[in-house]
Amino acid sequence: MTRHPLFWPVAALVGLIVLNAVVNPSFLEVRIQNGALYGGVVDILRNGAPTLLIAVGMTLVIATRGIDLSVGAVAAIAGAIACSWIAAGGDAPTAMLLALAVCVLLGLWNGFLVSVVGIQPIIATLVLMTAGRGGAMLVTEGQIITVDDPVYRQIGAGFVVLPIAILISLGVLLAVAALTRGTALGMLVESVGTNPRASRLAGVRSRRIVWTVYVFAGLCAGVAGLMISSNVNAADANNAGLWIEMDAILAVVIGGTSLAGGRYSLTGTLVGALVIQTLTTTVYSIGVPPDAILVFKAVVVIAVCLLQSPRTSELFRPRRRAEPADTRAQEVAAP
Amino acid sequence: MNVLDVRRVKDRVDRIPRRFLPVIATFLVFVLTFGTGSVRYEGFASPQVMTNLFVDNAFLIVLAVGMTFVILTGGIDLSVGAVAALSTMIAAATLEAGWPPLAAALAVLASGTALGLLMGLVIHFFDVQPFIVTLAGMFLARGLCFLISVESVSITDPVFRELATGTISLGEGVTLTYSVLIALAVVLVAVYVLHLTRFGRTVYAVGGSESSARLMGLPTGRVRVGVYAVSGFCSALGGLLFSLYMLSGYGLHGVGMELDVIAAVVIGGTLLSGGVGYVAGSVAGVLVLGTVQTIISFEGTLSSWWTKIVIGVLLLVFIIFQRMMMRRPG
Amino acid sequence: MTDSPAPPTDPVVDIRGITVDFPGVRALSGVDFQLFPGEVHALMGENGAGKSTLIKALTGVHRPTAGEIRLHGERVEFTAPVQAQNAGISTVYQEVNLCPNLSVAENILLGREPRRLGAIDTRACRARAARLLERIGLSIDPGSGLDSHPIAVQQLVAIARALAVDARVLVLDEPTSSLDTDEVAELFRIVRQLRDEGVAILFVSHFLEQVYEIADRMTVLRNGALVGEYLPSRTDRLELVSVMLGRELGVLEEVERRSEDRAPGTEPVLTAHGLGRSGSIAPFDLEIHAGEVVGLAGLLGSGRTEMARLLFGADRADTGTLSVGGRTVRPRGPRSMIARGVALCSEDRKAEGLIADLTVRDNLILALQAARGWMRPVSRRAADALVAEYIDKLDIRPADPGAVMSTLSGGNQQKVLLARWLVTQPDLLILDEPTRGIDVGAKAQIQKVVADLAADGMAVLFISAELEEVVRVSDRVVVLRDRHKTAELTGDAISVDDVMGAIAAHDGQGTAVAS
Repeated sequence: MTRHPLFWPVAALVGLIVLNAVVNPSFLEVRIQNGALYGGVVDILRNGAPTLLIAVGMTLVIATRGIDLSVGAVAAIAGAIACSWIAAGGDAPTAMLLALAVCVLLGLWNGFLVSVVGIQPIIATLVLMTAGRGGAMLVTEGQIITVDDPVYRQIGAGFVVLPIAILISLGVLLAVAALTRGTALGMLVESVGTNPRASRLAGVRSRRIVWTVYVFAGLCAGVAGLMISSNVNAADANNAGLWIEMDAILAVVIGGTSLAGGRYSLTGTLVGALVIQTLTTTVYSIGVPPDAILVFKAVVVIAVCLLQSPRTSELFRPRRRAEPADTRAQEVAAP
Repeated sequence: MNVLDVRRVKDRVDRIPRRFLPVIATFLVFVLTFGTGSVRYEGFASPQVMTNLFVDNAFLIVLAVGMTFVILTGGIDLSVGAVAALSTMIAAATLEAGWPPLAAALAVLASGTALGLLMGLVIHFFDVQPFIVTLAGMFLARGLCFLISVESVSITDPVFRELATGTISLGEGVTLTYSVLIALAVVLVAVYVLHLTRFGRTVYAVGGSESSARLMGLPTGRVRVGVYAVSGFCSALGGLLFSLYMLSGYGLHGVGMELDVIAAVVIGGTLLSGGVGYVAGSVAGVLVLGTVQTIISFEGTLSSWWTKIVIGVLLLVFIIFQRMMMRRPG
Repeated sequence: MTDSPAPPTDPVVDIRGITVDFPGVRALSGVDFQLFPGEVHALMGENGAGKSTLIKALTGVHRPTAGEIRLHGERVEFTAPVQAQNAGISTVYQEVNLCPNLSVAENILLGREPRRLGAIDTRACRARAARLLERIGLSIDPGSGLDSHPIAVQQLVAIARALAVDARVLVLDEPTSSLDTDEVAELFRIVRQLRDEGVAILFVSHFLEQVYEIADRMTVLRNGALVGEYLPSRTDRLELVSVMLGRELGVLEEVERRSEDRAPGTEPVLTAHGLGRSGSIAPFDLEIHAGEVVGLAGLLGSGRTEMARLLFGADRADTGTLSVGGRTVRPRGPRSMIARGVALCSEDRKAEGLIADLTVRDNLILALQAARGWMRPVSRRAADALVAEYIDKLDIRPADPGAVMSTLSGGNQQKVLLARWLVTQPDLLILDEPTRGIDVGAKAQIQKVVADLAADGMAVLFISAELEEVVRVSDRVVVLRDRHKTAELTGDAISVDDVMGAIAAHDGQGTAVAS
């Protein structure tokens, strides 16, 4: 059973939940209030929604051997645009559509640099990571813009039994799962990520696929940015979505999707995002300074990477030839 | 200028090796931005503004030197800002605990180097991407800051204060700080190591073609680990200079500094794919960033976020410039 | 078998009964090899013969399982390339193994720079590099960047680097594959000069002309075993080709030939006219008709794969025209050719064929799915039906559509890749070495599939290093030598001897028969 790729992440999640329940016995309680659910677990879901959403977009990007560092900055831009529009007297739906349209453009930009110009993904998205926050501050003119719009408040803080934010994130996750696994998109993404050369020779439109995943990642970041700013009724260009790209990458990696591209697991990403959010909550509840959460994250990153590293398995595996016997026979017959 | 002269100039330009072009471009950009500032603002082209570029960015120069080593091998170090912050924290905390200043400084340098070495070992022996390992290093260093103290810790040690506020007069009222001297010394040592030692040559060789370097019998593993130790040391030293600059240790010092450092190195003409670049270029890159910042503060009406946008745009221009250079090999 | 008398000196390198094993494969078994000072000794053999394994055993990259290597009479055991280098064995590889970002002088002396007071003495470096360049008669600025010079010069710089350690043994591993005629002449001038200075040179090349021009002796390997040692003066090209290919007379099956029943005047499926790409393959003409199997024969490196890639649009042609089904096309990548009914099954299964992490099912329908676009997925049921059909037709094992591709054996992977293209029902199927590295049974199955496809009206371009195979399956054989199309053999004219004759012919004409 330990062979299952999600064994360790799920074990970690369960362990963290048990730890929380021990430290804080009311952790697992769920109250019903005004037709909505409240409680420790619900809080984890609500606070983890933006990270999960961005991680879903990041999963597809990483599956194509890429990475998108700009998602945090894009999230900040989305919040800034929406709040500025509302603060200037605009209505919330238009504000959100406007923000998301800009995020799609930013995604197009990233995708263009990666798939057409051919710049390494880390570097291509670093440009927007750096300039993007400046752009967000340009929109907010360096102020923290507070808004009070009942409609806008819903996306981050609203409830329909469960927090709306987590419903959106889970909805997107399911939609992506349905779209990529129901059509051939998932297979083509994995094919491009595993072996770009062979995919090109098989006639796969790699450029278009790579471009699309960056646009999707930008869109996810935009929605996440709306959630973050809606949750606090404000757009903070400096701090909204700060380091969320790192959390998202971490969630994807914990979920078993390799940074080298290829096979991806959306379920794994879900588990990974929950592990990270639960870890954060746990650190709060056991009384460690909240900022020191980073130490725990570092330990998790290193542990996951070392567990995934082929070198580690070489070290711990008993030395024997891995080839099945019939392969060997056939290879020998080869001239 | 007649046709012959033009041709002669063109000949001369053609004779400049292509690997110097990005660095030359950076110096041109520096001269252009500084020139723009001088023309637009009164008092901009003063020696003190010039020296202040070094005074205000001494720590950034040191960090950029370390990053140059890493990027030259084709790697990346995301942890530099966090390690610098951790250094300010260790310095402040040890001084508060009554350590002598020298011991505090040594503790900072030793811990930064050790952290860098550790990351290098993981990258090399477990074959994990530098991006992820140094990201973990960044988390670890920031987290450790807050384990030491969540609040900002101010530095009251007289020696540190003396070093921080002490100035060296260059005459005509122009002054430098000790930090600038340290930064320049680091630059000189780095130039020596990169160009006049076998370690430095191997750094370039690994970045140019690691498999070739290995077939040539060079100690590639040692170098791959070594550059992260160098970067860790530089981050720690840069952090020390930053603690002199701020006279405090704080876990939120230098947030996003790694981006500035990477931007400075790239703008300085170092190829992110490794193998091409100069420390002098990185210094020029830092000066370009500093000049942009100075112009924005001189402008007064422009807000600080324009700095980030301009850095982003410069970064983009230089990346595309590099990309074009790589597309037409000689 | 050996007919070459050893020179009257002691050998520099004396390899006795060396065996190298890899997991599951014996790459080299009990090979003897001697290299004398002042000779150019060519090492010959086709793919998988064990040439590179032998070189790597000598240069400390691979460790032999049995046998011994003696250098100047002393037994040596190298565990790393650097040890072999320090012992005076230097290697210049086909891919220039230097650092393009450094200067010529830096490359020559990397890792062994003269130092003064711990610092590299740049002036001494330059002087020493200049002396070494002068020794091989290369007049370039030692301070210039390596990447500012063409590959040929870089190759020579690599030789200068080899000399910097005072190499007594110089291994040249296919150094000429990307050089043009003048550059080869320059290289050979230096090789001769070094030979006359007493350096022992091991020369690997698949260009027969060059070997005959430069080599003093030739050793032929086949399937990891020593075939023999030959003198160029006493061995003609035909004999050499036949020992390299290991054609054993008498066991040859009766070649079945299908009669040419093509109606005259039918439009060819594909026509290439003067198609070429500089540095890759010289301009050639080619027509392929429906229902015909055209074989492509030639030694390793003769331009077979390059021709296939050009026809498939994987590489862009510099000159000439290409038309498919009578209409001129300017291929903009493989996708545009796939849309016109052309398929290419690459020789490099691992790098250009299989998607190792995906299942047999996904690999099999990849090209079909790519052509349909992602929005019109091949349904699971349709995919499974296709997979089941081809698992059955091609006898793919394990017969599990969900098996991960990387767990299959080479032969079965090859069959899946073949099936990937068959499900797209192409008009022209280009098979580049479809039977390399797979077992005899699978090989026969693939050959039979090719014959059936042609009988059903598909045009097939069949590339193989094995002449028997080419002759057996083909209606027509195109022969390539040194990146030129040199002959086209049709009808009854095809026999293995004819093909071999065309490959070995050194007047550059071959026995061309108009089709």
